[in-house]
Amino acid sequence: MSPRIVRHSPFWARLALLSVLVAVSLVAAVRLGAISMTMSGMFDAIAGRGDPATIIIVRQLRMPRALQAALAGAALAVSGATFQALLRNPLAEPYILGVSSGAAMGAVLTVVTGWSVRVVWSLPVAAFAGAVLSMLLVFRIAYGVGRTLDTRVLLLAGVVVSAFLVGIIWLVLTFADDQSVRSAIFWMMGSHANASWRSVEILASCLVPSLIILFALARPLNLLAIGEPTAAYLGTSVEHTKLVAFGTATLLTAASVSVSGTIGFVGLVVPHAVRLVWGGDHRGLLPCSTLAGAAFLVGADTLSRSLAGANELPIGIVTALVGVPCFIWILKRSPEARLA
Amino acid sequence: MSAWRVRDLHFCHRDAVRSAVDGVAFDIAAGRMTALLGPNGAGKSTLLQLLLGTLTPTSGSVWFDDRLVSAWTRKDLALAIGVVPQGETEPLFTVREIVAMGRYPHTGAWQRERPSDLEAIERAMARCSVTELADRWLPTLSGGERQRVRLARALAQEPRALVLDEPTSSLDIRHEMSTFALLRALRDEGTTIVIATHNLNLAARYADELVLLHRGRIAAHGAPSHVLSAERIEAVYEWPVSVVAHIDGAPQVVPCDGAVA
Repeated sequence: MSPRIVRHSPFWARLALLSVLVAVSLVAAVRLGAISMTMSGMFDAIAGRGDPATIIIVRQLRMPRALQAALAGAALAVSGATFQALLRNPLAEPYILGVSSGAAMGAVLTVVTGWSVRVVWSLPVAAFAGAVLSMLLVFRIAYGVGRTLDTRVLLLAGVVVSAFLVGIIWLVLTFADDQSVRSAIFWMMGSHANASWRSVEILASCLVPSLIILFALARPLNLLAIGEPTAAYLGTSVEHTKLVAFGTATLLTAASVSVSGTIGFVGLVVPHAVRLVWGGDHRGLLPCSTLAGAAFLVGADTLSRSLAGANELPIGIVTALVGVPCFIWILKRSPEARLA
Repeated sequence: MSAWRVRDLHFCHRDAVRSAVDGVAFDIAAGRMTALLGPNGAGKSTLLQLLLGTLTPTSGSVWFDDRLVSAWTRKDLALAIGVVPQGETEPLFTVREIVAMGRYPHTGAWQRERPSDLEAIERAMARCSVTELADRWLPTLSGGERQRVRLARALAQEPRALVLDEPTSSLDIRHEMSTFALLRALRDEGTTIVIATHNLNLAARYADELVLLHRGRIAAHGAPSHVLSAERIEAVYEWPVSVVAHIDGAPQVVPCDGAVA
């Protein structure tokens, strides 16, 4: 096979392969951990048979945790792919418009004021509010500069708003007590330890409509990835498409960040890896990134709670330490010329 | 019958001191090839964008097919006008995927490509001789090949007008000549062609009408023999030239040695 010729595996075959990966990672996530179990033991526990402690571990801890990781991974990867298309920038990732800093700001304020301990759900709600507020601020700045949305201005607005919010976060933490600082930093590193069926429901109810919207925009996103004038000449209503796609991807990221903290790397690298293997057509890229992101984050979360014995590693450490070598491997076996 | 009608058109970029397009009025005939000429910064690209509705005039009006360009939807314009723009980002798409994007105004966001769409894609690739590149990744192609892929994408739109911004700027002689020959063939089939170019001599041989822009205004408009006089070219391009006749009779501009300004 010439390295310059694309080998197309059929779309359904890619989806089937990645779905199997997601299923395998979910099974591994439920089976592995401080208490490991056999396949039949796992299915018994899911069905509510056998040892009551195991049933609780499986049903109340591991299943929601694995599902939340899958949903967050899917959300971050599909948002990342969308941002990379809209901004035509390979370094674009879901947090590039300041969503993570806004969320961290909300989270840190609840931690420092003690609300996060007193009021259930106050932290994720505040994180989501912070993320949405920072998003609105970034768009307000970008639209203030020109009549249309200039993605370069949007990118810069995201970076400066983010820098400003991070400044405020460190200012607040400078005067906070040690315990708050520790909790805040742990939140910022990201974790699925607080997953519950409720958070899974919330994230799923954000993810499903977002996926429908973004998958429906796959072809316009293809055109926008080439350039906004070209997209307009080929019949796309550019401003409308950008607004819907940016809004959806940003809100989806905000939902994910507010339940699991800022987990880096997934949204940046999973879409790149999928693109290197199967090309940049968003009709394939978006669904494949969704599944690959889910499988990757479930795997990373399982490792994060099984590698260090009783202690749990922040998942961001695992995504970087495992993900980077994987990505380099994909990079090396891809023809050089594909890197655009 | 005119494809475009432009009346008293002004356009000033945000915060610019001078208007990029400063009181332009002309018609572009349907079924003919019109070349937009002019030195760098004369307003060619701005005028093209105004013709295509991606810029809104500061004042004045642009009609396409007797309807204000601003009154057209992007989709309807894309069904009528194919565009070959100058520079684009080049992400990981195959040549076939890029050419297939020309069918977007016909299929919309959802519909699968029908047999008629696939035929149009194959025809467009064949006409621009990129069929054998169909499964290559775009970033692996040479500059000239990419230019031809963009032309193929515009042909896949099956438009009745074609607008090209410097389509042969990175092509060698063979591909430049075959591009102009292809444009002439399309013109003979009834397609309206508008091309912005710096190649005065090929424009003189292939275009039916020339529009010479100078500092946002029309310096001359008409047949090549009328527009390309030595005095006028010297005045507009600020360089001494002489004009000779090509074997086929078209005026050809030959730049002379001159003092470096």
